[in-house]
Amino acid sequence: MSPTELTAKDFTTDQEVRWCPGCGDYSILKAVQNVFPTLGIPREKFVVVSGIGCSSRFPYYMDTFGFHTIHGRAPAVATGVKLANPELSVWIATGDGDALSIGGNHLIHAMRRNLDVKILMFNNRIYGLTKGQYSPTSEVGKVTKSTPFGSVDRPFNPLALAIGSGATFVARTIDIMVPHLKATIEAAARHKGTAFVEIFQNCNVFNDGAFASVTEKTVRDDALVDMQDHKPLVFGKDHDKALRLNGLKAEVVGASESDLWVHDETDTNTARAYVLSQLGQGDGTPTPIGVFCRREAETFDGDMVRQVENAKAKNGPGDLQALLTAGDTWTVGAKS
Amino acid sequence: MGVDTTQPKPPQVEEIEEVVIRFAGDSGDGIQLTGDRFTTEAALVGNDLATLPDYPAEIRAPAGTLPGVSGYQLRFSSLDIMTPGDQPDVLVVMNPAALKVNLADLPKGGVIIVNTDSFSSNNLKKAGYGEKNPLEDGSLDAFRVLPIELTRLTRDALEETTLTPKEKDRSKNFFALGVLFWLYNRPLENTYQWIGEKFKKLPEVAKANRLALKGGWAYGQATEIFQHTYKVAPAPLEPGLYRNIIGNTALALGLIAAGQKSKLPVFYGTYPITPASDVLHALSRYKNYGVMTFQAEDEIAAIAATIGAAFTGNLAVTCTSGPGMVLKGEAMGLALMVELPLVICDVQRGGPSTGLPTKTEQADLLMAMYGRHGESPMPIVSASTPADCFNAAFEAARIALKYMTPVICLTDGYLANGSEPWKVPAADDLPDISVPFCTEPQGFLPYSRDPKTLARPWAIPGAAGLEHRVGGLEKADQTGNVSYDPDNHQLMIDLRRAKVERIADEIPPAEVEGPESGKLLIVGWGSTYGAIAGVRRDLERKGDSSIAHLHLRHLNPFPKNLGEVLARYEKVLVPELNCGQLVKLLRDRFLVPAVGLNKVQGKPFKKVEILNKVQEMLES
Repeated sequence: MSPTELTAKDFTTDQEVRWCPGCGDYSILKAVQNVFPTLGIPREKFVVVSGIGCSSRFPYYMDTFGFHTIHGRAPAVATGVKLANPELSVWIATGDGDALSIGGNHLIHAMRRNLDVKILMFNNRIYGLTKGQYSPTSEVGKVTKSTPFGSVDRPFNPLALAIGSGATFVARTIDIMVPHLKATIEAAARHKGTAFVEIFQNCNVFNDGAFASVTEKTVRDDALVDMQDHKPLVFGKDHDKALRLNGLKAEVVGASESDLWVHDETDTNTARAYVLSQLGQGDGTPTPIGVFCRREAETFDGDMVRQVENAKAKNGPGDLQALLTAGDTWTVGAKS
Repeated sequence: MGVDTTQPKPPQVEEIEEVVIRFAGDSGDGIQLTGDRFTTEAALVGNDLATLPDYPAEIRAPAGTLPGVSGYQLRFSSLDIMTPGDQPDVLVVMNPAALKVNLADLPKGGVIIVNTDSFSSNNLKKAGYGEKNPLEDGSLDAFRVLPIELTRLTRDALEETTLTPKEKDRSKNFFALGVLFWLYNRPLENTYQWIGEKFKKLPEVAKANRLALKGGWAYGQATEIFQHTYKVAPAPLEPGLYRNIIGNTALALGLIAAGQKSKLPVFYGTYPITPASDVLHALSRYKNYGVMTFQAEDEIAAIAATIGAAFTGNLAVTCTSGPGMVLKGEAMGLALMVELPLVICDVQRGGPSTGLPTKTEQADLLMAMYGRHGESPMPIVSASTPADCFNAAFEAARIALKYMTPVICLTDGYLANGSEPWKVPAADDLPDISVPFCTEPQGFLPYSRDPKTLARPWAIPGAAGLEHRVGGLEKADQTGNVSYDPDNHQLMIDLRRAKVERIADEIPPAEVEGPESGKLLIVGWGSTYGAIAGVRRDLERKGDSSIAHLHLRHLNPFPKNLGEVLARYEKVLVPELNCGQLVKLLRDRFLVPAVGLNKVQGKPFKKVEILNKVQEMLES
């Protein structure tokens, strides 16, 4: 089947989807199944890799090559897949516990190497599959089964971590904002290099409404700023508010003011992307969604394969006998 | 005595069977390099040889201290030999600490070649000799001490170079080597050439090392401290082309050969760890053989990436040592569940925990056998000599590909760094171990099985129509879908076990060296081969051919006839460098009253240790 004729149905398996009714994961699954056919990539070239957790059941529902691995290790397994065949489109489905807690090491190293994989991190700020313990993105004071007196752990800011690790594409989107979700997944797919996408995802069983303060339709317009490349960071129901950068401090000002902060996704100074990652934490600034930063860089898989190809070009394909007999050798003659 | 002293008498050349030399000094003294170079010369004149490098875990422990002593033992022989020797005949010591650490191993009458310049009161104190100088207090009277002012003589020999005195001192190992080359009648030309290549970028150092080598040789010739020089004739090795090889290099070459013979790219995912890192160093140079080496962020990532590469159709290999094996345990279980071909090499070292990183041990066998949760059988192969690491690696890859399973390949620190002459195989004689990828979408079921091997099809990403999902959750038979069905779980457990057991249908039956039945069978595995085989051959040469030796390559599954072989002997002895692991497996599996001989000191067996136990068992 040519890639142009593919539809969402071609990416749907016969397996019954077993997330809780009302889970944000359904929306993400549907969005991915809708975006994949539009990318011009044959179905057999997709590989979806996951770790452990609710979100990591993702590969079973995608009719592509898929690998449900072990807790936290999806980026490492994906590294082997991509290095063995860089022509594959490799996707990682992971959660806040899988990616940031047990798998934190693999995540940062995949990003610093600029491995050409797309990481969809479903952030629901809770451990769902183990039935409700606090996660590395849970807020301080969170009361859960494992923190009856409130969590004293300070949470990770996943985007700040990604920016700091050198990810070449960093974005945020939200499960229930379907057009934005699809557009962000597509932008990640089009990026060559590590794409890290944080998806606010509601766990309606163990952490219902975790993002309600920014995603509820009634507050969304004032609580979110949907970043557009090369455009001022304007938000608000009536598009009347905007961000201005005062040194490295973001201020909310009227949209009609001058010197508004014009977003530049390809800004080589990631300090501004870092400032954006810190917004929306109760200081009156809106929570940014969209692409925080992106830049072009050589990929790890590209460089690794090139070294092998260069070695072959320079030294010729290896001659096994020559290798075995290399170095100082001597001959023992037949006994007379 | 009527000796004519007007002209130096040429020393007599005495033909001897073999020599064991141990070089010892600070880890910065170039001991490993010196030992290695003498080894190459011994190899080139056709001696059989075996080596035992013994170096500290610290890269540069404080100079002159006991923990900083590095050693290299070499046995070269005109006979076909098996071990680097129980004890040295000649001890070359560069400082008091080296003397202190090694003297106990030297038999009375042994030769000590000593750098007297290093016996300063400061160095004597550091070595724990206090105010006493063992060179002067008579404590070495039982030995033949050959004192050489190595530092001064080297500086003199290097007078014409532009090096500083400190730089000149670094060449003193070559002066010592020159003395030994003269003593054992070795030519200098190969080493001149080698120095030129090794120090290509440092021409003044190359010149200095050549002068030092020559100076040592000339010193030996000009002085009369040696009454004899010695000659060790070539050993009666099988005809063929030979090279000297260390175990880690042999392992790397075995993996490359497996890649070529399976027509697959080799993916080597690893994390640096002693004593396995040299395999990475070797493989990373051979990218033109289609080898990709990935130095991962940790041990878990190393095996996880390797599993990803296996999923994508590479000959995927990870290699580590004990602590890394522990970290890889969960991922090994995944590899087993998804039934992908994987080679996992464990270059065993002293444990537990960080243990003795640079020393050898065989204490990971039970971990290889049982060290995963759930019922998770995995084939295990082991290497018995440095050169045999080539065969073990190749065999591990063959089994992995044919049966679609992870395979553990056990070597150890002694094999990894030890060396021996290797009769280089003809590449054309190595078997084709390629397996076809699945390409047929019609009727494709990811967990269907080859009726003979029980291997599942290998369908790699990129193959249209073969899209499928694998993972760590229990798989339904045939479809590979997630299944929690109790009967299916039992079935899959049974299938995974049966698959490993079926390997026994094709591996060679256990064959003994020595009598087919009788009083005593020694069963070994891994690096104890040399010591056990040496004991048996020594006894046979003396006319006692009552004991047999069986050395196992395959530890899981065992050869099919193993139980029957064990039953043919009155007694079974199992020497191991652990507290009794193979012996436990044999007793459990075959209900034989096998007896262990166990040592866990970070060192290989001496032949005499095994011999004593054999005699004790034969007499009782």
